[in-house]
Formats: sequence, structure tokens, C-alpha cells
Amino acid sequence: MTNSSSRSYFWQGYRDCSPFILIVAPFGLLFGVVATEAGLNLIETMTMTILVIAGAAQFTALALLEDQAPTFIVVIAALAVNLRMAMYSAALVPHFGKASLSKRLLASYFMVDQTFAVAIKKYDSDPTLTLDQKLIYYFGCAAAICPFWYGFSLLGALLGDSIPSSYSLDFAIPICFIAITAPMLKNLPHLVSALVSICVALLLAWMPYNLWLIVAAILAMMAGAKTELMIQTRQERKV
Amino acid sequence: MMANSTTIWLVIIGLGFGTFLIRFSFLGLVGGRELPEWCLRHLRYVATAVLPGLIAPLVLWPDATNGEPDPSRLVAAVVAFFIGYRLNSVVGAAIGGMLSLYGMQYLLSN
Repeated sequence: MTNSSSRSYFWQGYRDCSPFILIVAPFGLLFGVVATEAGLNLIETMTMTILVIAGAAQFTALALLEDQAPTFIVVIAALAVNLRMAMYSAALVPHFGKASLSKRLLASYFMVDQTFAVAIKKYDSDPTLTLDQKLIYYFGCAAAICPFWYGFSLLGALLGDSIPSSYSLDFAIPICFIAITAPMLKNLPHLVSALVSICVALLLAWMPYNLWLIVAAILAMMAGAKTELMIQTRQERKV
Repeated sequence: MMANSTTIWLVIIGLGFGTFLIRFSFLGLVGGRELPEWCLRHLRYVATAVLPGLIAPLVLWPDATNGEPDPSRLVAAVVAFFIGYRLNSVVGAAIGGMLSLYGMQYLLSN
């Protein structure tokens, strides 16, 4: 593969992921503000944001720290929010499994909702991509997301609480996930899995430590896979 | 009241290290081996199984309104969904959703 074509996959990933800067920027800003309000100093805020790069888990940890929850519970609950990434990790195995250890380590560090969702959509729609092209595309995605996450967290920590809550930045994340998911629901199995996910999550919302999310995700994956099998057998019978 | 700085650092390191292990889990352990077909069939639905469930409670019971359903946020969510679904535009959906949230809040405040 030539250098110029690998560069083009990098920028393609960067471009496809760049709309999410609009989402990541306010969310990062909000994290910096909330962390500062919660009493973290600049170094603590930035270390957390760079080591963890997972907004939802970082907010969970802050909320529990403010509640004076035991350290162990804070870590476990915030990690539970991130358990979905084990599923992302598994979903990326067919694509990155044969990459070198150092590249898999690097890809793991940059695994966030947006890079995963954009990359997996690309790999599904273009099965001819090689391992290198997939990796370069993925790092292009990460380059469009992660620096903005760090930068805007820093800005938020510096600005502190001078940002009014009337901007409703809390809702940037739900809107972002709806925007990512809606175009994926064009076929029945994906639609079924999304509906099961929503219903189970709402019914089990009383469960502690984000267990509801894990149960909802597993049942929804099973529902999607089952629907796919049923459609397949029905088509085979027709032929 | 905030925890002391030792607790904060323990949380930062525990969460950072733990999150990395979660992300690396399958990529690190399974590596280049082939996954069985039933497993791949389930993995195809990871994104649509996790993301909708993750946000459904946030849409219906937002923290910002102390868990009360909020008409502005519900409308914004529906608008974002339809733009994304009908026009296949992720950016359009995100921008349309946030704009309709601000629009609704403006209308309801007058």
C-alpha cells in the first residue's frame, strides 16, 4: 500500500468522525466544569480525562465522589458504565484481531462510542478494506475525537462555573447517540435489537450499578441475532 | 462535600486502568483467532443493543429536570431520530436535535 492511499484513509476517518466534534466539544467542556465544581484540581481533572476518555463513566465517578460513596463502589459503578466497551472490543476482533500487539493496545486506548460506531459502520458497508486500511481509518476517527475531548475538558476546567446550565449541554450525548443509531436501523434485526434494548433498559432501570444496561444489551443482541436467523431460514425455505 | 485527594487519585487510577482493561479485553485475548459464526452474529448488533438502552432513561427521565419527563427534550429526541432515520444524516440529526431543543425551550418559556 502506498503512503498517499493510507493518508487518504486517515483523512476519510477524520472527516467521517469530525461532525461529532460538535458533540464532544460541549460534553468535554461540561466535564471540565463539573469536575472543577466537584473540587478536582486542574491536574486531577486532566489526568482523569486523558486516562479514561469516557464521558459517561467520568460523570458517574464524579457524582458518586460527591455522594461520598466508598472508593471501591465509585470505581466499580463507573467501570460498569464502561462494560459496553468489552462488547465493542469483541466486535472489533474480526477487524483488528490480526494487527500487532502495539496497534491493538493503541486501538484499545482510543475506543470510544463515536470512533467505534463510525468505524464499524464503515467496515460493514465496505467489506473490501484491508487490515491496514481499517486501522488507519480508525485512527483517523480517533484523531477527530480525542484531542477535542482533552482540549475542551481543559477549557471547561479553566472556565469553571461561568457556563450557564440553560445551554442544556447534558442533552448533547443522548442526541449524539440517537443521531448515530437512527441510520443503522434500516433493517429488521437492527430495529428489533434497538427496541428490545430500549424496553428492557426502561423496565430494569431500578437495578443498581448500571446492571440494567448490561442485561438490556445482552437481550437486545440475542434478539437481533435471532431475528437475523429467522429471516435467513424463511428466505431459504422460499428458494 | 468532596472526597480527599487520595480517594480522588485512587478513583482516577482505578477507573483509568480498569477502563483500559475492558477496552483491551477481547482484542487482547482473542487476537487473530477466528470467532465462531454464532458469536459474530451477536456481535453485529452490539451498537444497536447498547446505545439505545444507554440513552432511553436519559431521554425519558433527564437528570437536568430531576427525572421529570421534559417536553423539550422529548421533541428534540424525536426530531433527531427522524432526521437520522429518513435522511441518513448523522450530523443533520445531531444539529436538528439540539436546535429543536433550544427552539422548544424558547417557545415554552414565553
